[in-house]
Amino acid sequence: MNPYWQETGALTRRWFRRLLRERMTLIFGLFQPMLWLLLFGSSFKNATNPLAFGTGNYFAFMTAGVVVMTVLNSGLAGGVDLIFDRETGFLDRLLASPIARSSIIVSRFLFVSALSALQILIILGTALLLHVVPATGLAGIGAILLVGVLLGVGLTALSLGLAFKISSHSGFFSLIGFITLPLIFISSALVSVETMPVWLKAVALLNPMTWTINAVRSLILHGWLWTQLVIVIGALIAFDIGCVTLSSRILRRAVG
Amino acid sequence: MTGMAGAVAIDISKLVKRYGSTAAVDGLDLTIQQGEVFGLLGPNGAGKTTTLKIMTTLLRPTSGTVTVLGHDVVADADAVRRLIGYVPQERAVDRLLTAREHLELFADLYHLSPAVAAPRIQEALRLVDLADRVNDPVGKFSGGMKKRVEIACGLLHDPKILFLDEPTLGLDVQSRSQVWNHIRQLKQRGMTVVINSNYLEEADQLCDRLAIIDRGRLRALGSPRELKRGLGGDIVTVSLEKAVAQPQQLRQALQAVAGVREVSVDGTSARLALARETGLSAIVEQVRQAGGELQAVHYTHPTLEEVFIHYTGHKIREEAIQ
Repeated sequence: MNPYWQETGALTRRWFRRLLRERMTLIFGLFQPMLWLLLFGSSFKNATNPLAFGTGNYFAFMTAGVVVMTVLNSGLAGGVDLIFDRETGFLDRLLASPIARSSIIVSRFLFVSALSALQILIILGTALLLHVVPATGLAGIGAILLVGVLLGVGLTALSLGLAFKISSHSGFFSLIGFITLPLIFISSALVSVETMPVWLKAVALLNPMTWTINAVRSLILHGWLWTQLVIVIGALIAFDIGCVTLSSRILRRAVG
Repeated sequence: MTGMAGAVAIDISKLVKRYGSTAAVDGLDLTIQQGEVFGLLGPNGAGKTTTLKIMTTLLRPTSGTVTVLGHDVVADADAVRRLIGYVPQERAVDRLLTAREHLELFADLYHLSPAVAAPRIQEALRLVDLADRVNDPVGKFSGGMKKRVEIACGLLHDPKILFLDEPTLGLDVQSRSQVWNHIRQLKQRGMTVVINSNYLEEADQLCDRLAIIDRGRLRALGSPRELKRGLGGDIVTVSLEKAVAQPQQLRQALQAVAGVREVSVDGTSARLALARETGLSAIVEQVRQAGGELQAVHYTHPTLEEVFIHYTGHKIREEAIQ
């Protein structure tokens, strides 16, 4: 077997084994997005004006928001396991073995991508039960998965970089908590930016989450808006390259 | 394996590792031979772990060179990693994985084929006496068992050199002697073992040679026996059935024995500080001639603790912390 895939495969298997043993993390990770959709969807749909969303079904509007929010959470948590590995000394064991340093990082990308894809499918499945059928069909679901994975990789890279930059795990969790909420609430995840006050709308339009959510939302509500989709995918690839470059610089300094 | 004796396993030359303005390692020169159990002994913060991490490619030196079996730890890190096993100080296990899953993971990280890995995993588990607990998550294991899982992982790829950082820190007495036995077995197989310790009994019991390190520098080097002997100052205490009539005469007679540095006679006992190792028969003879009836003779070497204080000017630990 190719040594690179042998080591990367083994590391990726480890992340899945850990997830399967951490029952609570597994259950919350898979079903929390479903709760978002069901609970918040039910409470918000009566409090909002459907005309502002371009659809009469608030669940259909919110699905894209929940998809991107979920990837945001999983991606930003992507560095957590390595913080623990560093604290227990397990990371030193991995680094003392003859593996390519990148295999640890790539194994996290594979793990977070697979997890995000699974979460997205659960969300879309739940939405389907609420009569939300993506306008772009199966190919659209593929496109949503692609957008999700591209966003997840960049965020995971960012999280890994932060994990090595910030020395304590409590500091890391505080920072993640601090950036997650504004990224979600000052975006088009739960409400259309058109209904926001002008200043908030300006901020929301600067938030990359808004653009990603809008692209996924188009795939669910409207169909193939190619220009929008290509721009977002291009931007996400640029985001990934930027995050991976930045983080590998931090990691190289941290692990020699 | 005896053919390897005398060959160099690790060569450390003018090693310096600086963090900002402080030097954790400050000009270290050291050669470790193949097949020996070598101990780096020093208090916490002496630079032992830093040195070990440089030898195991986990840290880069600020200056100086380290070669492991001829491979430079910086330029040829991957070759070094293939040849060494490393057991870090912390309980470096994944509490969610089973013992077998740990070994399977490391078999893949060392690129063993499944056909090679399977018997090695069995053997490693047998060596550390964990064969009956392979499928339990390691989180449920005692400290000693976790350490044995780590040692098994470090042995899987049949390394030429095994590094252990504080191998028995925080272990109970029984687990500690079990780990020591495993290390002795490895030495018998011809493996080179490098241990970091701030635990003097461990260094004394296990190591063929010791380097006493303090504040990033080498303070003394030798076998535990050489180091203790080198200090001189063996003490002979002679206990008598009853006090002699002429203690002053006895004192002078004992003082005249070759190798005796200082004598004090006090009632029923005489204490002799030796300048070098000295036979007991001349001492016994002098006591007899002075009319003393011998009850007991005690010969004590200086302890490694005294060696440590002699070379570093302080105790290895302020208090014995377990």
